Amino acid sequence: MDPVIRIENISYAYPDAERPALDGVSLDILPGTFTAVLGSNGSGKSTLAKHLNAILTPAAGRVLVDGLDTADEQNLLPIRRRVGMVFQNPDNQIVANVVEDDVAFAPENLGVEPGEIRRRVDNALRQVGMYDFRLHAPHLLSGGQKQRVAIAGVLAMDPAVLVLDEPTAMLDPRGRREVVAAVEQLCRERGITVVLITHHMDEAVRADRIVVMDRGRIALEGAPRDIFSQGQALRALGLDVPDTAALIARLNAAGLDIDPGALTPEACAAAIKEALG
Amino acid sequence: MSRLEVKALTHVYSQGTPFEKTAVQDLDLTVESGGTVALIGHTGSGKSTLISHLNALLKPTSGTVLLDGEDIFASKAAIRSARFRVGVVFQYPEYQLFEQTVFADIAYGPKNLKLDSTEVDRRVRQAAAAVGLEESLFDQSPLELSGGQKRRTAIAGVLAMEPEFLVLDEPTAGLDPAGREELLEELFRWQAQRGAAILLVTHDMSIANRCQRLLVMAEGRLIMDGTPRAVFAQSEKLLSVGLDLPGAAHIAQLLRQAGLALPPSLYTVEELADAILSLRGKEGAPC
Repeated sequence: MDPVIRIENISYAYPDAERPALDGVSLDILPGTFTAVLGSNGSGKSTLAKHLNAILTPAAGRVLVDGLDTADEQNLLPIRRRVGMVFQNPDNQIVANVVEDDVAFAPENLGVEPGEIRRRVDNALRQVGMYDFRLHAPHLLSGGQKQRVAIAGVLAMDPAVLVLDEPTAMLDPRGRREVVAAVEQLCRERGITVVLITHHMDEAVRADRIVVMDRGRIALEGAPRDIFSQGQALRALGLDVPDTAALIARLNAAGLDIDPGALTPEACAAAIKEALG
Repeated sequence: MSRLEVKALTHVYSQGTPFEKTAVQDLDLTVESGGTVALIGHTGSGKSTLISHLNALLKPTSGTVLLDGEDIFASKAAIRSARFRVGVVFQYPEYQLFEQTVFADIAYGPKNLKLDSTEVDRRVRQAAAAVGLEESLFDQSPLELSGGQKRRTAIAGVLAMEPEFLVLDEPTAGLDPAGREELLEELFRWQAQRGAAILLVTHDMSIANRCQRLLVMAEGRLIMDGTPRAVFAQSEKLLSVGLDLPGAAHIAQLLRQAGLALPPSLYTVEELADAILSLRGKEGAPC
């Protein structure tokens, strides 16, 4: 399968920075997959995210979205249509006074015809469970609801890839659960490619693949079961393991045989129950 | 020992309009210096409204707040005194940095206290050291700092007031796990050294379970108040008000639902692992 995004040995430095924010990163994102990007503050993960839809372009190397080079300005519009971004602060991403107007904003700008806009807006709102709120005022919604409206706004552009840069950092547990469930469902049921940048290990366990960044490079890469069984390496990178992984490691060290891939609380409990017979 | 008491506090926003909303309702709470307290509750439960009363930023609709028995709203002087004795750090305080240099930003509060410059200087250095800010940063603009350093500068500005009660709303939001841990340790160390009280408002159960006392708010009321162990033992009640359990407590609850005979108050990975392993012994299950 061809990657939907191909990152070839890219480097990038902010002006006046002591060291590059990205320093030789290569990564393929396959269509329909869920990738989580972890890393401590300053590891380069947000800079990497901004390269995925040409908000930033690499100083060296290149990024191809469906074969389109992000450094070529002529490709800007088709790339932005294919790769949508959601950021940390929901309040900075909402522009309209009514939820459905906000979601319609991008397709209107793209010149999509009205009937098609209606269809896309309704679809997008249903996909994130916000259809019933379509006539509400966005500023009266909870953080998790606002973030789901922001995601719907991106979905209305009909993107192939959804990139989310710490979308739950400002949310409470309920809001976090809502957003993560919506994102996971978009990937699993709609086949949308998801790249989720997060500090929350319990969100990353739901991904197909985890990429761990450190000082501008990829330090670790693999399935959650492989990444979260490396507790020491993760802690050395300023990260941690979810409680499920810590528990499994402890139980297995004491002689139980529990699948290290059982990383959601539900899967973990089921695996423990089974191991106990 | 100082004592901060909330007495029958009610706060109603937009009273008498169609938007009227009771954010805090008939709430009683006493916090004494020397303790660590966590306050949890989902968005809209009234946590921010409550803490805004603790240093008189909001005036109660009814009820009051007492500091060592004195009503903090009694006079302008009482309000001013409460602002100095109760330090409140709101969410994302780094957006409120405004001085030209890191030093000036941290010094802003103590200068307002009309302290002499030697004392201001001492306090700024001590507060910066408490949160691990290097003195080499003092002459820089706060805007040039990293996110973690900005957060620390803002917190140091409140520490420099040397409050007896320090209230922080989500002080570690947006920090990575190592940064979260570092800042928490700095805050707890500061608290222990000064014998002050710390009240942490948080969504993070792994932070909540490190405090001596845990308060839970829902719909403007204080619905639980006890040790983390006692509170986390009531997992159903926590989940019913939209809160998370710590990871280990959540797994323990799922295992109980699956029929395992685990004790009721497990909330660390170590405790849960031990409990599961002892179960293996009793039931003679194969390893």
